[in-house]
Amino acid sequence: MSGVMASLIDGLLLGAVYGLAAMGLSLIWGVMDVINLTHGATIALGMFALYLLCGSFTVSPYLLLLPILAGGFLLGVIIYWIAVHRVVGQSQLMSLLSTFAVNMVIIGLGTTVWGTSPYNINFSVPGFSLGRYTFTGNHLLAGLAAVLIAGALHLVLYRTRMGKAIRAVADNRDAAELMGVPSARILMAAFGIGIALAGASGGLVATLFPFTILSGGAYELKSFVVTVLAGLGNPFGALLAGILLGLLEGAVTPFIAVSWIPAIEFGLFVLALVLFPRGLFSTTRSA
Amino acid sequence: MRRAILAIALVLFLSVPVFSQTVTIGFTISQTGKLNVDSLEQFRGFELWRDQVNAAGGIRVGDKSYKIEFKNYDDESNGQHVQQLYTRMILNDKAEFLLSPYSSGLTATAAIVSEQYGKIMITTGAAEDKTYKLGDRYLFQMFTPASDYLTSALDALKAKDAKARLAFVYSDDSFSNAVATAGKAYAQKIGLNVVFDEAYSPETMDFSPLIDKVIAAKATALVGGGHYADGATLARQLYTQKAGLKFIALLVAPDSPKFVELGEAAYGVAVPSQWEPQTTFKPQLGPTGAEFAKAYEAKYKAPPSYESAGGYAAGLVLQHALEQAGSVDTAKVAAALNATDTVTFYGQVKFATAPGEHGLQIGHTMMLAQWQKDKSGQLVKQVVWPIAGKTANLIYPIH
Repeated sequence: MSGVMASLIDGLLLGAVYGLAAMGLSLIWGVMDVINLTHGATIALGMFALYLLCGSFTVSPYLLLLPILAGGFLLGVIIYWIAVHRVVGQSQLMSLLSTFAVNMVIIGLGTTVWGTSPYNINFSVPGFSLGRYTFTGNHLLAGLAAVLIAGALHLVLYRTRMGKAIRAVADNRDAAELMGVPSARILMAAFGIGIALAGASGGLVATLFPFTILSGGAYELKSFVVTVLAGLGNPFGALLAGILLGLLEGAVTPFIAVSWIPAIEFGLFVLALVLFPRGLFSTTRSA
Repeated sequence: MRRAILAIALVLFLSVPVFSQTVTIGFTISQTGKLNVDSLEQFRGFELWRDQVNAAGGIRVGDKSYKIEFKNYDDESNGQHVQQLYTRMILNDKAEFLLSPYSSGLTATAAIVSEQYGKIMITTGAAEDKTYKLGDRYLFQMFTPASDYLTSALDALKAKDAKARLAFVYSDDSFSNAVATAGKAYAQKIGLNVVFDEAYSPETMDFSPLIDKVIAAKATALVGGGHYADGATLARQLYTQKAGLKFIALLVAPDSPKFVELGEAAYGVAVPSQWEPQTTFKPQLGPTGAEFAKAYEAKYKAPPSYESAGGYAAGLVLQHALEQAGSVDTAKVAAALNATDTVTFYGQVKFATAPGEHGLQIGHTMMLAQWQKDKSGQLVKQVVWPIAGKTANLIYPIH
């Protein structure tokens, strides 16, 4: 098996996690036009939540993603009422500042409680080997879990009344209000779902790599690239774009130094903005 | 009458015993940020030295006894803060002597400030050579320079397998780059085959792409790493991805007692080390290695790392220079440091005095330690090189 193939498989699996991380950001952006800068911090909280839960319960970390999703939703609701509700519909600078402030509070508290030494979740699932390359079970399951959670989001958005309401508010808040949709509560739910997705993706990352309270920042940046590639407010496009980004990383790393990856990704970010301002997988909504 | 009272007051004043004075030492610690594990261990070395010296009545300088007082701040592993804080310690806190922050990068920044204000700074945890080649007069290095860091690891590898296919994978920071550059030159000099060479960003959390490349290059040995966070992650992923390497030597991270938390992934990983508790130097001043390790463990409930030893030894060398100088005057203490050639529990300490490399450490030598299992299966670090000082044989191949 060639090194390129191995690198592509690694990229594909990690790309699904990037996609899941970006779905939360994309959903919030699309529904309420808020660029959520607490995204990285809530990803990091998801990492620590899994770490603490793994220390308390002897069940599979993947099952523990369920309480993380629930806790993430609750945290999202709290953040929504504290920092987002009053700035929805106002200039984006307001929501940027307000979510950035919450981000700083979370990182400050996290640094005080956990410091910045890396934490590990000592858990490994046997993987498989192809030739000289080994793919860990953790990577495979993280990729699979990311796709499953994305599927669950699809069911929520397209098979439930709340999902329908979220889509209606995203399309036209005023019209939705006229149809009797309680838009504030729907926005709250959408924000909660967005944070729950960020937390779950953090939990999955924590099964792969050591982490600190600052580790969410890197995934937040990748989420921005993925969201722009996908088209703003397009959660399923975000999953695809995440996988695409992972594959791209996998495809180029055998040929260039890995330190060039961020430069390539952000180059792509700028190119996507210029050539496809509505994203590669854009829906009919305008960016 | 008034004169009599004044005379009595004067007599009383003069008869009050001379209280020991204070010498203020400034430094920053990376309490937060990516360097905090290594930096905290260095700080504990400083702190233990201060506490022991103060408990014993302070430093005897001439006919006075000086109590040590620290002024220290958190630099958040950030060079910009280092610049501001060292200036603040000199100007506001009136620090008379300085100790370095942890890491070559932060020390290079601190050295600009210390030299600007003409303050002596003993550096520890700062191995990169180039900082000492800028003509500084008051900088003194405790660590063996980066250019000699990998010599022991490469000699050990050469002795076991002259045909090893060697990969260099290292953090793209100033210290690791300097170590790797000198290491590559040395590997070629002794005839080792370097088949892969790549630096990674110090923030890297996923090494899978790099490990795939190491496997593709059919490397049998890997040398590199950087600091704790990246080194521990790299070791863990080399294990989970079954990279199949026969020899792994990483900088800094495996020396930390925390490294044992990696479990099986730690087994066989070697680290070029400035000092190990098992070493048996006969000190001309200060405690023996065993005494230092015992006191350290009693205070911090953890074994000392070489960063801790470097921190303690830095204090010891400053103390020795103050005692030799018989003064706290910078020029006199600097002259005493220039003349220092002594052995502590940490090894020999001697500073270069030639203008082009003033302050560079030329007395101290490196060793290679490796994580092995004892009879009960517990992971322990053993000295495996140089052969004269080894406590166990190098395990080769590890997989």
